[in-house]
Amino acid sequence: MPMKLTLRVWRQAGPNADGAFREYQANDVSPDMSFLEMLDVVNEQLTAKGEVPIAFDHDCREGICGMCGLMINGSAHGPMPATTTCQLHMRSFADGETITIEPWRATAFPVLRDLCVDRSALDRIVQAGGFISVQTGNAPDGNALPVPKQDADAAMDAAACIGCGACVAACPNASASLFTAAKVAHLGFLPQGQPERYRRALKMVAQMDLEHFGGCTLFGECQEACPKEISIDTIGRMNKDYLTGMLFEPAENQKAAGAG
Amino acid sequence: MTLDARIPSGPVAQKWDKHKFEMKLVNPANKRKYHVLVVGSGLAGASAAATMAELGYQVSCFCFQDSPRRAHSIAAQGGINAAKNYQNDGDSIYRLFYDTVKGGDFRAREANVYRLAQISVNIIDQCVAQGVPFAREYGGLLANRSFGGAQVSRTFYARGQTGQQLLLGAYQALEKEVAKGGVKMFARTEMLDLIQVGGRARGIVVRDLVSGKISSHVGDAVILATGGYGNVFYLSTNAKGSNTTAIWRAHKQGALFGNPCFTQIHPTCIPQSGDYQSKLTLMSESLRNDGRVWVPKREGDTRAPHLIPDAERDYYLERKYPSFGNLSPRDIASRAAKEACDSGRGVGPGGLGVYLDFRDAINRLGRDKIAERYGNLFEMYQRITDEDPYQVPMRIYPAVHYTMGGLWVDYNLMSTIPGLHVLGEANFSDHGANRLGASALMQGLADGYFIIPYTIGHYLAGTKLEPVSADHPDVRAAERAVEERTKRLLSIGGKRSAQSFHRELGRIMWDKCGMARDASGLREALQRIPALREEFWSNLTVPGSGAELNQSLEAAGRVADFLELAELMCTDALHREESCGGHFRTEHQTEDGEARRDDERFAYVAAWGHGGEGKAPVLHKEPLAFENVQLATRSYK
Repeated sequence: MPMKLTLRVWRQAGPNADGAFREYQANDVSPDMSFLEMLDVVNEQLTAKGEVPIAFDHDCREGICGMCGLMINGSAHGPMPATTTCQLHMRSFADGETITIEPWRATAFPVLRDLCVDRSALDRIVQAGGFISVQTGNAPDGNALPVPKQDADAAMDAAACIGCGACVAACPNASASLFTAAKVAHLGFLPQGQPERYRRALKMVAQMDLEHFGGCTLFGECQEACPKEISIDTIGRMNKDYLTGMLFEPAENQKAAGAG
Repeated sequence: MTLDARIPSGPVAQKWDKHKFEMKLVNPANKRKYHVLVVGSGLAGASAAATMAELGYQVSCFCFQDSPRRAHSIAAQGGINAAKNYQNDGDSIYRLFYDTVKGGDFRAREANVYRLAQISVNIIDQCVAQGVPFAREYGGLLANRSFGGAQVSRTFYARGQTGQQLLLGAYQALEKEVAKGGVKMFARTEMLDLIQVGGRARGIVVRDLVSGKISSHVGDAVILATGGYGNVFYLSTNAKGSNTTAIWRAHKQGALFGNPCFTQIHPTCIPQSGDYQSKLTLMSESLRNDGRVWVPKREGDTRAPHLIPDAERDYYLERKYPSFGNLSPRDIASRAAKEACDSGRGVGPGGLGVYLDFRDAINRLGRDKIAERYGNLFEMYQRITDEDPYQVPMRIYPAVHYTMGGLWVDYNLMSTIPGLHVLGEANFSDHGANRLGASALMQGLADGYFIIPYTIGHYLAGTKLEPVSADHPDVRAAERAVEERTKRLLSIGGKRSAQSFHRELGRIMWDKCGMARDASGLREALQRIPALREEFWSNLTVPGSGAELNQSLEAAGRVADFLELAELMCTDALHREESCGGHFRTEHQTEDGEARRDDERFAYVAAWGHGGEGKAPVLHKEPLAFENVQLATRSYK
């Protein structure tokens, strides 16, 4: 049964332009379409009318690249739990419904056009310390250092983060704590990540502050919105590593750290 | 032109070590004087950029996505092969080499494949050291599984997200170097042409996808790690943005294109559900370890799967290929699915699907064990199809997944344009006519971490490079050409969107140059593609302007290049009068429907040169010699 929908879409011509909602009718929407396929159809219709189509970010369309991300009726990635926008299907909506579609809203994520935002701040948080400093070629045998299965599994749970930014968009403070904590936890669970563990937490948290993300006040909206179900427990872990770093790391590493 | 693959002499097992010693080195203090441009930030590009920066080169890296972490390597699910023999089940470098040459249906270069197998073991070590959370056994050591087409367990994996985790490892190494200043990263930046000065690759013209500004970057060498061109079929498992533009532009400037028709059709994808379909989703073939593939024995049997008793099911892979069964290589499993559907026994809408059934595995191992192995894949399937694979068998159908063809490169991964190197899926080198599962990640990382860091030094140390400034006349000319082309795309003022042309092209390619090909169909495609291209250039509409974020313009430029590449693929498929790997010519099959290779006439790499606008491409041949693995008919029976 094809559905009829009304879309209220945020249109903004450029980073410095004023934006506004515009209404579009989407008729003949199949319940088996993905949300982005529904937008594709609307865009084809706009193009046919000579109008500029709605810009939105997307790439893999299988829920892993993290490029797509829309605020749908006020929820990051829409109503389904553990689902990216590209994996959301129109069967999750009712015929006749009005759907409001907005970009991620956060000071640290300026709008580039329509529904596209600039998330490069997340890359800069990783640059601050979200890695293990190992040069290519000097690694020991992969089995030289056993990793308890539960640690490897916990690391993998945190490493599943796709960097989409839904946690920031969902947070009333626009904090990037869940994103940052997921990386701190991933690397911190592994023996290979121990040498830089506390310094990493200090530096990544400091960068998060510099990028104008808000502080975490444990609302927990982030873990609700996270398409990969990253647990808010990782934030507790990050805070612990941060505190340990403030107590025991050398002064030069502490100086770089912000207010947390 | 004579093609020199520059394969080192000596026994295959010693070639790479010997070559490493013989290659020229760049003095550590001189490395920072060299500037290398890397296009693409997937496994090959990110690992190359990070590693070269670690060595001291100045690197600029470009990707069209908003972050290097999004490159499509991230979507690889199943795993990465390595000849570690941790399982004590008879694996070795030689066996991985042998399997890969055989799996590629004897259309890959032995020396490259051997090197790949050698390096495979270092890749795992490197990734573990970076913190890639590979699956582990309770004793804390790395877990392995067997994977499509292999009889040993040599595949390392991180749940169903191996590509993601390996890419994040490479991405983190890249960001580490960005922080140190060794790499300058340009995201949302698309390469639109190659710049040659004095016959060498010296730069690229790019478009900033946010501001629309077209500009140039110059350096001492250019590396393309821009992935495959499966999106020429419109529907594929590739990301929507994956495109051929970088390699196609380089091809038009003189880089030969190797085996363009070698395409991998992956057997386990979710079938298409409607005309609006924008891409196809892969279900990792690791599912074939426990899932059994079947169709009803009777044509037109529309009963629900659980109502069809075992005796009335045709487990056709187990029947036809008893020793490999459900783990038969991809080309074979795909073709068998097509045959089953062509014989009217397909399931689901339109009869374009076969069952992948976990009933027996769930009974044997329990639901929890299956959930642990494939939980995320089952969820993904349910989300897309609204069906629960724990209860109802999955429906799968083959889809375009990977392109073995790509720019021709020599043993040093350099194309026929001096200074232009090509890594990963973008080159043609290691997989022959069919890629084995879990080998793409291996190749991308081998090229990036362990091969190009050596061979780029050899090129730079052995070449006299004059400085090139951004206002060099050749640079300006390349920039102007890109500006004019962009203007032309915007000014056609027709009626059809780029997407509608892309869809139509995709249908032609899938029907005529897909899983099965024949001369008359290919000839028809070779009539229809130029006609479609002509319509494109006269009836395209691109809303908006060039001086802004304009996704319609991006799409139009990519489709324009696909429309040219498609013709070359069909030309190559028509000329190759044999069946091998993923290239199945219906005229060339055995009585029981298996591929019939012709080693007398076709044991070569078809490397095509661009003939010029409106002119036929020019074929060059690189003969393939098999000195270690004996040419034999592939059999998985």
